[in-house]
Amino acid sequence: MAAPLLEVNDLTVRFRTDAGWMTAVDHVSLAVGEGEALGIVGESGSGKSVTALSILRLHAGPTTRMPTGKVMYGGRDLLGLPMRDMRAIRGSEIAMIFQDPMSSLNPVLTIADQIGESLRLHQGLDHATARRRAVELLDLVRIPDAARRVDEYPHRLSGGMRQRVMIAIAIACRPKLLIADEPTTALDVTIQAQILDLLRDLQAELGMSVILITHDMGVIAEFARRVMVMYAGRVVETAPVGQLFRRPLHPYTDGLLAAIPKLDVDVRRLPAIPGSIPDPTAVIPGCRYSPRCPMVQARCRTEAPDLLPAGPERQARCPPRVAALEHAA
Amino acid sequence: MTAPIIRVRDLVKDFHVTRGRGGPPAILRAVNHISFDIRQGTTLGLVGESGSGKSTTGRLLVGLIPVTSGEIGLFGETITGAGGDRALAKVRSKLQFVFQDPHGSLNPRMRVGDCIAEPIDVGGGWTRRDRADRVSELLETVGLPRAVAERFPHEFSGGQRQRIGIARALALKPDFIVCDEPVSALDVSMQAQIINLLLDLQEKLGLSYLFIAHDLAVVRSIATDVAVMYAGALVEQAPKAVLYAAPKHPYTEALLEAVPRPDPDRVRSAALGGEIPSILNPPPGCAFAARCPKVMEMCRSERPAPRPTGDGHVVACHLY
Amino acid sequence: MADATMSYQPALASGEAIAARRRFRILRKLLHHRSFMVGFVIVLVMVMAALLAPLTGIDPNKMAIRFRFRPPQDAYWFGTDQFGRDLFTRTLYGAQLSLWIGLSVAVLSGVIGAAIGVLSAQFRRLDSLLMRIMDALMAAPAILLAIGLGAALGPQTHSVIIALAVAYIPRTARIVRASALVTRELEFIEAARVAGASSLRIMFRHLLPNATGPLLVQSTFVFAYAILAEAALSFLGIGPPPPAPSWGNIIAEGRSFAVQSWWIMLFPGFAISLAALGMNLLGDGLRDVLDPRLKVEG
Repeated sequence: MAAPLLEVNDLTVRFRTDAGWMTAVDHVSLAVGEGEALGIVGESGSGKSVTALSILRLHAGPTTRMPTGKVMYGGRDLLGLPMRDMRAIRGSEIAMIFQDPMSSLNPVLTIADQIGESLRLHQGLDHATARRRAVELLDLVRIPDAARRVDEYPHRLSGGMRQRVMIAIAIACRPKLLIADEPTTALDVTIQAQILDLLRDLQAELGMSVILITHDMGVIAEFARRVMVMYAGRVVETAPVGQLFRRPLHPYTDGLLAAIPKLDVDVRRLPAIPGSIPDPTAVIPGCRYSPRCPMVQARCRTEAPDLLPAGPERQARCPPRVAALEHAA
Repeated sequence: MTAPIIRVRDLVKDFHVTRGRGGPPAILRAVNHISFDIRQGTTLGLVGESGSGKSTTGRLLVGLIPVTSGEIGLFGETITGAGGDRALAKVRSKLQFVFQDPHGSLNPRMRVGDCIAEPIDVGGGWTRRDRADRVSELLETVGLPRAVAERFPHEFSGGQRQRIGIARALALKPDFIVCDEPVSALDVSMQAQIINLLLDLQEKLGLSYLFIAHDLAVVRSIATDVAVMYAGALVEQAPKAVLYAAPKHPYTEALLEAVPRPDPDRVRSAALGGEIPSILNPPPGCAFAARCPKVMEMCRSERPAPRPTGDGHVVACHLY
Repeated sequence: MADATMSYQPALASGEAIAARRRFRILRKLLHHRSFMVGFVIVLVMVMAALLAPLTGIDPNKMAIRFRFRPPQDAYWFGTDQFGRDLFTRTLYGAQLSLWIGLSVAVLSGVIGAAIGVLSAQFRRLDSLLMRIMDALMAAPAILLAIGLGAALGPQTHSVIIALAVAYIPRTARIVRASALVTRELEFIEAARVAGASSLRIMFRHLLPNATGPLLVQSTFVFAYAILAEAALSFLGIGPPPPAPSWGNIIAEGRSFAVQSWWIMLFPGFAISLAALGMNLLGDGLRDVLDPRLKVEG
């Protein structure tokens, strides 16, 4: 791959909770190329959202520690940047949209004000120009009757509309990278399809890279070119999307794909993954997935596995499976 | 075919919404003349997006919300209309409800054992010993150890809490359970466990379910028959195999098409445009007319009535 | 079936560990909360002082005219008042009465306010009526209300308690009502209704237990207000009848001699401030610990 646009190297994020320090993100690395769509998939406690928030340093505070890691963008480590430079990047070069459209918009500001905020801040536009640009952006995100809508307040818009407004705010300054954290999870299925189509088209039009975070494997299959699977704070597998679905390497990916209810076939019983996601403060020796893994071996419980290369753009944190792949090759 | 234990005919539910500026309250028709049957031992999957009225329907069925008009017959008793309350009291022990939110569906101040025994405590008349035995039995049925009864709900994960909620629903040996999005708030790996549990319980205890969900794939894994709702109206009903293989209503087709599949090679057709209509001021005619790719003139003026098209398939669409 | 049972087992191991730690979480958080601990110690000291008052061996009402108006000294730590009574002893006994008044008012307004609060939340029609009555009561400043009631009921300890309790019921009722309204929307209330629970059961088994957090916090503040209000009432002559020492009484009796014998008013005044401060800190600490705690951890 050509030089990546953004690279996260060995990031660790720990939070202080009532029960002690917990590691939300454990030595995670990823890279996104220019114009690429990277999907990060995982369940609750996987650390996917925290990883994304860390890129923009959105959750740093007295109860957060990042003992290791660099986030390299444009030759600089974002984690070490002074706040003023960080703010210049946020919204203009790297933008983010979130899950809940109901609470992500300020209820007392009009749409024009909220879209315009980013424009005025980063591009220094005056009110009138910013408003005009806001209408253009609303058209771009396919909100009908944009010229009238731009003066409305968020409560008059539906969930799908609000999400489009959020996208408009995010792309206002033509960012190079858009981070989308569960952008369609709270939306109805038919609206979700519209938003995914929109994001795909915008990505092509603006040449943007997108990091899409979700728990929905279907959304990943539709949208991402490359996928990273996370479990309990660690990356367990990365692969190009076709290979991930056709020939998954990590038993967790296997389990996840099997457990998803199928829309197109009748299955008598869904093969469920036994056990449950480990408590974030629990310390598990060896492989974090070993308590639930159907093909667990003795050494899995004692040796913590590394993320091993398994082909071009492929990695998996399961030594037995990677070894089997090499033998087969 | 066994006689239906649940009969719903022409059910309507209106909510009165007070408008800020004075004047008469607006009428929100959440459930718009729906009819369906549920046979013993089967599961009716009720599918729809937001505003479809599916959750309201579930609550109407167990008497949590009063009906505006229409008829609900449960186990031969009519719980709507005159004498409805008495009829409901007679069959109450046969009905139960499983809720969506594992965090809100258990009282955080009550121990798990007390939460589960609530239906028992309300009726009263059980000895302490019997009550404790029943609680242990229920915990075992849902796959939880007995020690759980002494703890508080916040000590457990979402999936475990859903199991507790199911145990509570089983306390008085009901015959019919309304499950309102019971797995929507759970992780994928936990969804399968709970779905399997519900299926096992149905086999073992002969239960019937009304399974409400927005996720068509989840419904496929558990339902016998499926009914699709849109903006308060029931647009299509069919046995599961028929609905998924050959949907007739354009909304069902669009819904099935829109669901993303875990298959990177699949190319989805362009999404259905438009928004779910406001049920506050419903336009005349078919609720789906504004978004329907096959809309005709009459669709905008005349509401289509549900018509059977053979094979247990019922569709409310002017195309048929 | 075996699938479901088996699938649970590994999860319990971590569940066990979590449960043990969490049981004393609130207690440990309280112990670490600085304001709470300071407040707790202050209140504890006051309560001990009140309980141990008889240990001084001195009769608080014993007059010794020869030794009146003595400033604080070795024999009389807080000095003596116009009748030669030992102020230290009087202040300690005053703690008994004042703290008792504070406690009674807090408990009485708490119980009645909570009942009104859950009734309003459960029965919407009753809600309008009850809340209008509460509004009417709150329209007058609590202290004026108490004065009016106290004057009507006569200068006795129990009328002071009743008057103050009535004055503070509306605030407590509002807080409990607010909490109950939120609780009512949660699904476990619907679950109870599906099971056939009566309104009574819902109110007292579900709504009330979930309102104990805000109720407790509010009660500590009412306690503090009541102690302060008692002083005001005594000042106006409608507090507990003399010669029974209460902090308010002592201050009231000492006001004619405020300039020459400043110690008469100082020490009980200081005691009142300290007690109110202690209770406020306690309440703040409780609120800090209980409020976020009540949020369910996903």
